[in-house]
Amino acid sequence: MKPAPFDYHAPRTLAEATGLLATLENAKVLAGGQSLVPMMNFRYVIADHLVDLAQVDGLRGISVANGAMRIGAMTRQRELELSAEIAQHCPLMRAALGHIGHRQTRNRGTIGGSLVHADPAAELPAVCAACDAVVEIASMRGAREVPFAEFAAGFMATAVEPDEVVTAIKLPLWPAGHGYGFQEFSRRRGDFALAGAAVLLDMGADAVVRRAAIALCGVATMPLRLREAEAQLVGRKLDAATIRSAAPAARALEPISDIHAGADYRRHLAEVLTQRALTDAAQRAGAAA
Amino acid sequence: MSTHAIKLSVNGKAYERAIEARITLADFLRHELGLTGTHVGCEHGVCGACTVLIDGQTVRACLTFAVQAQGSDITTVEGLSGPGGKLNVLQQAFQDHHGLQCGFCTPGMLMTLTELLRDNPDPSETQVRDALTGNLCRCTGYGGIVAAALAAARRLREA
Repeated sequence: MKPAPFDYHAPRTLAEATGLLATLENAKVLAGGQSLVPMMNFRYVIADHLVDLAQVDGLRGISVANGAMRIGAMTRQRELELSAEIAQHCPLMRAALGHIGHRQTRNRGTIGGSLVHADPAAELPAVCAACDAVVEIASMRGAREVPFAEFAAGFMATAVEPDEVVTAIKLPLWPAGHGYGFQEFSRRRGDFALAGAAVLLDMGADAVVRRAAIALCGVATMPLRLREAEAQLVGRKLDAATIRSAAPAARALEPISDIHAGADYRRHLAEVLTQRALTDAAQRAGAAA
Repeated sequence: MSTHAIKLSVNGKAYERAIEARITLADFLRHELGLTGTHVGCEHGVCGACTVLIDGQTVRACLTFAVQAQGSDITTVEGLSGPGGKLNVLQQAFQDHHGLQCGFCTPGMLMTLTELLRDNPDPSETQVRDALTGNLCRCTGYGGIVAAALAAARRLREA
């Protein structure tokens, strides 16, 4: 065995879970465990208590109502991958899921766990950034909703307080037939991305962009939106020249340098992947027609 | 440090044990139940040697605490062979196609492919390779393993 000793709690209700988090010292929430448990095995994380959300009622499932999709925080990545609702309403997420780890980790890993772990290279936070997701959070102090831009707070840091639990993620839907593209580069399949780009496009029949969202992962301490580049695209026809003119925005970033890739290489990847994701999105939105 | 009484089923047999919360499912299977077919490689979710099925879904047994498997139905490599230890179709295909050399990764490979062939009886070579990205082999290489998976799929479809 590798992890340091801890007490394990398996609450059945949200009230019980938040009650435990409000009273226990040095407690961590266990969702799918695919990031937390490796960190415990390395003893990067030494928790006195684990509060497992797997048995808590009402934290799983996907529903669509009033122009938004709501995904329970404990919904497994594999369930998202197989979901007809995701494929129909948020094909960007469906495209990103194929890049996340492996079948064995997606069988356990959850969307809420991925967001709270907040690895800067992770795919689901980038998708949530692109979608302007809203994160539902609960504690004994009450429930609150946090826009993703405020939820992501820095390197592996979020707005979630130690006594809080993420309960659901709400994604405002883009119009049917919108374009999307997800591109990433990693050394091996299933590895964390050196860089990745998530793109959403809404275009009129005249191929003029009405709305665009571009989010990058792996190039900063947290997912980044290229808001200036998005604004430049609006009102323009998305031809090859426009796509080329938008992508250099990715070059202005100050990516992290680490043993996996230098900042220059990440900047290059960010530009190329942004261009490819925009091209995919334009084609899917029917720009060619 | 809490201790928990757990009940679960492994390869169709019911077990009850009192365990420490921090025992991983991999260590539980090996040390508590003596089922050493599940191998432990990296212990941080990268190598796939410890892959087992929980309620029919592959998981990394090193990234799951045994206490989380309370009430579940687990299949390990020991559960694959038939009566008298007769190799099943997939296991036999590994032998026929040089799908193993040292054998350390083999239990994980078999469990991953068991799930794949159940869900997709006619996988392409690309799909087999994609399914195997979460399992590392450092000696035979993947050629024989992929050939074994495709041959087993064919035989199972004909059966």
